[in-house]
Amino acid sequence: MITEFGHFALVMALAVAVLQASLPMVGAARHNGTLMAFAAPAAVTQALLVILAFAALTHAFVTSDFSVAVVAQNSHSLKPMLYKVAGVWGNHEGSLLLWILILAVFGAAVALVGTNLPPLLKARALAVQAMISVGFILFILLTSNPFHRLDPPPLDGNGLNPLLQDPGLAFHPPMLYLGYVGFSMAFSFAVAGLIEGKVDSAWARWVRPWTLVAWIALTLGITGGSWWAYYTLGWGGWWYWDPTENASFMPWLAGTALLHSASVVEKRGALKSWTVFLAIVTFGFSLLGTFLVRSGVLTSVHSFASDPARGAFILLLLLLMVGGSFILFAVRAPSMQAGGLFAPLSREGSLLFNNVMMATGAATVLLGTLYPLIADALDMGKVSVGPPFFNAVFLPLMTPMIIAMAAGPMLSWKRADLKGLSQRLSGMLAVSVLVALAVWFAQGGSAGPWWAAGGFALAAWLMVGTAWDMIERIRLFRQPLGLSWRRAKGMPRASWGMAAAHFGVGLVILGITGSSAWKLEAIQNQHLNQTVSLGGWDLTLKGVEENHGPNYTASRATFDLTRDGKQIATLSPEKRQFLMPPRPATNAAIRTSLWGDIYVVVGDQAGDDSWVTRLYVNPMVPWMWIGAALMAAGGALSLTDLRHRIGVPKAAPSKGKTP
Amino acid sequence: MTPKTKRRLYMVLLGVAALGVATALVLAALKDQIVYFYSPTDLQSKHVAVGRHIRIGGLVEDGSVLKEGAVVNFRITDTTTTVTVTYTGVLPDLFREGQGVVAEGSVDKDNLFHADTILAKHDEKYMPPEVADALKKSGQWKGETRQ
Repeated sequence: MITEFGHFALVMALAVAVLQASLPMVGAARHNGTLMAFAAPAAVTQALLVILAFAALTHAFVTSDFSVAVVAQNSHSLKPMLYKVAGVWGNHEGSLLLWILILAVFGAAVALVGTNLPPLLKARALAVQAMISVGFILFILLTSNPFHRLDPPPLDGNGLNPLLQDPGLAFHPPMLYLGYVGFSMAFSFAVAGLIEGKVDSAWARWVRPWTLVAWIALTLGITGGSWWAYYTLGWGGWWYWDPTENASFMPWLAGTALLHSASVVEKRGALKSWTVFLAIVTFGFSLLGTFLVRSGVLTSVHSFASDPARGAFILLLLLLMVGGSFILFAVRAPSMQAGGLFAPLSREGSLLFNNVMMATGAATVLLGTLYPLIADALDMGKVSVGPPFFNAVFLPLMTPMIIAMAAGPMLSWKRADLKGLSQRLSGMLAVSVLVALAVWFAQGGSAGPWWAAGGFALAAWLMVGTAWDMIERIRLFRQPLGLSWRRAKGMPRASWGMAAAHFGVGLVILGITGSSAWKLEAIQNQHLNQTVSLGGWDLTLKGVEENHGPNYTASRATFDLTRDGKQIATLSPEKRQFLMPPRPATNAAIRTSLWGDIYVVVGDQAGDDSWVTRLYVNPMVPWMWIGAALMAAGGALSLTDLRHRIGVPKAAPSKGKTP
Repeated sequence: MTPKTKRRLYMVLLGVAALGVATALVLAALKDQIVYFYSPTDLQSKHVAVGRHIRIGGLVEDGSVLKEGAVVNFRITDTTTTVTVTYTGVLPDLFREGQGVVAEGSVDKDNLFHADTILAKHDEKYMPPEVADALKKSGQWKGETRQ
């Protein structure tokens, strides 16, 4: 009954969305306030209906109602409660419902928070948001109905893919979707701005916070996914340039560029068309990601079930939304008033440079991701494009971007003077060279890869530059500490947020470089009480025993980790055999310290008292997680700054200081 | 030139330069870094160079898996042709006799395939499309594998 109720709520949501997509649009064209005012309550109603639908599906999962097809196919009565709840989105249908839920909640948030929005912009943006809703609710109702019943119901379910039975499932997909779908806000505002023919700094002030929320969520979602893959897949890596990873990385790159170009629109009124273009492209990448992952044209852990009809439907949605908005862009963008002028060497110039590099980077990732499909379609053979391609193309493109990234915040708006910065830049260069030399000697010259020194120098350049810029801004060491402290407190939080995020990028580069350059790996057939040594670490297999979990049995190995004869830790990796579906899964044991991870995996039993074991020494991996967390924290810090400004029209002098 | 056209010019030059560099990098990488896929039959008929990095895919032949410590030998078949593969390491959780598998590595002069990566997919319902195609070609396709 509750299930049918959920289905009904979703159909009602579709009806509301259809009205929300059309009436306010007509109202905005005719300047009819009544029709325009329909948008906000409709958005809230739509969100409530989708929440009801989602709650109904969650209820079916929690109570293990196997008469519902999705539950029967993807759940099991013995599954722990956490995975019954998180399992709602651990399948195609449920994950799409989550997508729609987040979309609707974003729309409702704009309706509720945006009381100060210009009515025309608000009506149109919510109408565009509802058009996306219509497309996706139709998609789910027509091709992937989560409320479909089975008759007769099976006695028990098929269970959830063991790989997904991990706390990461509760966190990674919602975060990622929050990011993907969050960019729909920027898209809706962009299309609304195009229809209105007006994109100005007030528009950018509106777009930025929503984009920032999406960006923070996507940053955390990608990092969470990478971490999850790292500890659960058992091969010791954290990024494989897998199509689905790329599918989340492309919107991240475009979204990062959008975030920065929107700040130029906001502060200087320049780069308007480019920003609108990026807003469309960013959401287009999100849709493309959904298409690639959901259609099954590219396969990976994320393709729950592939169905050509579904793929065709999403492709159609993608073409309609992105194609339509590009046509609109082509018609309307030239008429948009160009904004402030700037010299190539200026804050705007550096931001534009970084934007172009990021967009190019995203384009190469796109090409690499789609190349196997293109090659197959053109009969050029079946190929796979893996890490070597992306490393060879993407990293050289990002290097000049990182170099400019450190200098950009130091440049003044409009026109900058490099002479005043020459002391700082040469100081940064000196530190980078010293770091490179130190790394080179520490790794024993050409005993390690040459790019290790390069990566460290790049990170040093960025981190020193970022820190130095903040020191200059608060005049640290140039005046009494108290005054510096007061300056620091008086600085906009967005500046601190930017500094934190850029510093975080530096940490990520250090982590990537260190872990790629000096990773050690040993695979062996290890006997009981035999010791394996790697990079100064000694690992002794003490025993393997049977262990029982709620819905699996496991061979649990116990290792003693020692260094120079001193006991450091006991590590217990597991090889699990799930009961339903009957499938094995690996659970690595990781000992983390600031300097890196010791990563142990136990494989099959090879002899009477021996097992295949795998030991990795992954230096500096935690630095990536810390760096990414710092990036997200920097974003959140900027968001608290922006909060004063959400909805404050340009003319209102009473609230907040001008940035 | 007005300042506005000058700025436009800078932007266009920047864009062209970035795209040019990217194109050069992509072309260079496409030449060297792309990994081609072969079925066992292709591998035999097309004379792939010794040492070239490729992927092969098919079914793990029943009864062919021999483990000696961390070294695993097995045969990949598309039911007409069979390739012997050797691999050192921990096999993926879903590696199983009779199931689809993709191996990445290179052939030596004795036609032994040295795999450095074994990809058995994340889901048992899943059949790598390349393997499905190879099986279709050899007439061994047994209908849909997905649900």
